[in-house]
Amino acid sequence: MNQALWIAKTGLDAQQTKMSNIANNLANAGTTGFKSSRAIFADLLYQNVRQVGAQSSQDTELPSGLMLGTGVRTVATEKLFTQGNIQKTDNQLDMAIQGRGFFQILLPDGTEAYTRDGTFQMSEQGELVTSGGFLMQPAITIPENVLSVTIGGDGTVSVRLPGSSAISQIGNVQLADFVNPAGLQAVGDNLFVESSASGSAQSGNPGLNGLGVVLQGHVESSNVNVVEELVNMIETQRAYEMNSRAISTTDQMLQYVANNL
Amino acid sequence: MDHLVYIAASGAGETMLAQAVNTHNLANASSVGFRADLISAQSALLSGEQMGSRVYSGMHNSGVDFREGVINSTGRDLDVAINGKGWIVVMAPDGSEGFSRRGDLHIDEFGQLIDGAGQQIMGNSGPIALPPYSSIAIGADGTVSIVPLGEDPNTLAAIDRIKLVNPDTMQMNKGAGGVIQMVSGEEVAADANVTLLSGSLESSNVDSVGAMVRMIELSRQFEHHIKIMKVAEQLDQASTQLMSLS
Repeated sequence: MNQALWIAKTGLDAQQTKMSNIANNLANAGTTGFKSSRAIFADLLYQNVRQVGAQSSQDTELPSGLMLGTGVRTVATEKLFTQGNIQKTDNQLDMAIQGRGFFQILLPDGTEAYTRDGTFQMSEQGELVTSGGFLMQPAITIPENVLSVTIGGDGTVSVRLPGSSAISQIGNVQLADFVNPAGLQAVGDNLFVESSASGSAQSGNPGLNGLGVVLQGHVESSNVNVVEELVNMIETQRAYEMNSRAISTTDQMLQYVANNL
Repeated sequence: MDHLVYIAASGAGETMLAQAVNTHNLANASSVGFRADLISAQSALLSGEQMGSRVYSGMHNSGVDFREGVINSTGRDLDVAINGKGWIVVMAPDGSEGFSRRGDLHIDEFGQLIDGAGQQIMGNSGPIALPPYSSIAIGADGTVSIVPLGEDPNTLAAIDRIKLVNPDTMQMNKGAGGVIQMVSGEEVAADANVTLLSGSLESSNVDSVGAMVRMIELSRQFEHHIKIMKVAEQLDQASTQLMSLS
């Protein structure tokens, strides 16, 4: 059938993907530690209908040819790891990372995942877990009946036990960093897993070697810019309408042939 | 049968091709840095002993629309837009120099700097490859500087400079694979006057309203060709009728 129909269809597909992506960003505008994503498009292959520079006779060449583009493709959806706003919560187990790095989480299957969502809670054994119940790595166990928990900017966790005026240090929060964080694979639940594109995790103490610092009593909100997403949504809708108009126009052209010949 | 119907059919077919190019532009209304394709018809006179009315048409690319797209701010460190005229040099699929205004840069798993379409970005000495880093910045002149992984934030190292050029657009066209190249195929020297804006992206330069109007125009033009084919059919019928009367 006609190319124009299929080309317009690739345009519709692309705008549809963009719209789903915007919807996902907007739906997660209130998710702590969420990183917005964007769809990336590139033009599809070109079809060479008439070769430029072909011989039009023994001594002459065609000055221009005809290359027919075949539409658009979605190359990727990419996560944008810009810093989200830091919100004060005063909850002593909430942590936000100011700068680069991820909290390390042990998944039930024994593999590691990474997150920017610092809304940690305590399990019944006193271990620090995510809101999904997964253990933080390296594991930090808070003793029973502590009076206060303090987490320093460098990740040091110290507690004050009842009947003692001394502060005792019980562990260290470590962060992991990647050469290419945009290459991490998002797996839902605010978690990311390593991929070959991200490089391997390099863990270290917060505040050192370019890693961010940990802020106790704060969480990082999502980095979705709601206004930007709404503008994107308007643009996407119009582009969608124009591509669907291209389909109906091409259809009318073909219909005209069918009805008049 | 008269040649009239063939000429009209060629016109209709070529109009359909022009519509496909126009639709391709519309489909790429949100591809970062995309440049619209222009198309125009050329007449091809069939010379011979008949009356000079046998003129077929053929569609040809009449180049690329080099107008600039709109610059949007994104805030991502690896997004760059060219401020004013100029091009980023990328590696075309055939290994030669290609030119692009697409600035959504990424690092692939080998540490190479690529754009959103996966083309390698060329520095002043070949493709740019980056060692592991903890932060990256792209300067207005294209200098890529990093803080190497595990180093103090003060030890900023300049790795390479993105090759920015500004050749005459009259000498450029879309080559194989849709990458913009010099028609002559020669390499272009870097131009220090081309500057980048970090944290922004240039959108596609497709004029969507213009493309919609063109779509209507092409669709009507197509109907005219079909109408002529219809007339040819009627003329043919009339002459057949004339024969049957006698």
